[in-house]
Amino acid sequence: MIHCVLHGPSDSVAVVVVENVKAGMQLTGLILDEDRTIELPCAQDIPIGHKVALQDMSVGDTVIKYGVDIGKVVQPIRKGEHAHVHNIKTKRW
Amino acid sequence: MQKTFLGYRRENGRVGIRNHVIVLPVDDLSNAAAEAVANNIKGAMAIPHPYGRLQFGADLDLHFRTLIGTGSNPNVAAVVVIGIEDQWTQQVVDGIASTGKPVAGFGIELHGDHDTIMRASKAAREFVQWASERQREECALAELWVSTKCGESDTTSGCGANPTVGNAFDKLYEQGCTLVFGETSEITGGEKLLQSRCRTPEVWNRFMFMFDRYQDMINRHKTSDLSDSQPTKGNIAGGLTTIEEKALGNIAKIGKRCIIDGVIDKAEVPSGPGLWFMDSSSAAAEMVTLVAASGYAVHFFPTGQGNVIGNPILPVIKICANPRTVRTMSEHIDVDTSGLLQREITMDQAGDKLIDMMFRTANGRLTAAEALGHREFVLTRLYESA
Repeated sequence: MIHCVLHGPSDSVAVVVVENVKAGMQLTGLILDEDRTIELPCAQDIPIGHKVALQDMSVGDTVIKYGVDIGKVVQPIRKGEHAHVHNIKTKRW
Repeated sequence: MQKTFLGYRRENGRVGIRNHVIVLPVDDLSNAAAEAVANNIKGAMAIPHPYGRLQFGADLDLHFRTLIGTGSNPNVAAVVVIGIEDQWTQQVVDGIASTGKPVAGFGIELHGDHDTIMRASKAAREFVQWASERQREECALAELWVSTKCGESDTTSGCGANPTVGNAFDKLYEQGCTLVFGETSEITGGEKLLQSRCRTPEVWNRFMFMFDRYQDMINRHKTSDLSDSQPTKGNIAGGLTTIEEKALGNIAKIGKRCIIDGVIDKAEVPSGPGLWFMDSSSAAAEMVTLVAASGYAVHFFPTGQGNVIGNPILPVIKICANPRTVRTMSEHIDVDTSGLLQREITMDQAGDKLIDMMFRTANGRLTAAEALGHREFVLTRLYESA
């Protein structure tokens, strides 16, 4: 089963695409652009559609998805954690 | 791929896939009469709305352009126009009449609702019976105008439903179809990526003019940032975090090979085939109403969390790749591409699945939104009335 998908290998987050992803699970991630999979441990419960961090990130870091900038880190994020509005914010507006 | 579909060829040569007779109010005051006519005459559809009085300048121009465009859409066979007074009513009638289709206008002043409803009902009855004898005929795929706009997007939109539309758009572009996308504020963060997709530097400059105009409007009116509105609460519940992330999903709808051939303003009619960018709101019903007024005949609407929108005259095909939404809101989804996210189908197969549904819809299959009676008709306002 594929638990999460990312667009390219440089993405720092992946999208959870199944329900009931829980802390402690080992996740299989599909890299859409390359049609190959990666494995990562899940550190928190993450709802379907929400993002999991693929690497540790510090405040001020740029978050990469689709291979491009989608915002900045505003709270530290560890690999496998839930990455969303509580720790990432837009750089616009 | 199939190369033809069964459509209704209109007097001006344009091809529609529906055969509506509509009763179109010019203004809010005329909704009651329009709805009474539609109630009297089976097969006539009223399109009520809340505006049309004391508008002026560019906002009034857009109002007329949207109403005239709606009546002129090839999915519409004939139109009854009702307004409170004669002059603006006649202006809408004349605009629609330039397509050559049957149209009749009725002003309420000096007549009252009863007399207006009686006279307009007679016209609507004649139109409905006339329209019922129009026949579908074989039309070339290139004659189909296809619009797209997504809604209640989530992260599955960007990796599933929206690139499905993109794959279909790449294929339809090669066939010479007339395509459009828009949602100006939802390009924010991805605007530079569109530069290489524009046909000429002039097209890029025109796009950036529209983009900057929208950003200026947002900056003038915003109170903090747009995080309470863009992404929406539904987007955020679905996992989308920032406008940039949402924009990249939005742009996935124009595929990998389509070139942006031109830029149009709200409800403007494109001057030729190809892919057009329309400056527009990202609010679903507003944008779909505008592309219907531009003359588009079928709409691709990818959704993640499950937007339920429809339009009175433009069939809206819903595409969804979120397995939870497909399960919990199945009556709203026309094309399920959730298999993409489990590697069960390829993007090419997903695009073909959508194109197959497009042909079935063009040939007469009712979309989920049509069957459920969704007729959201929402006029875009640019500023206050006088």
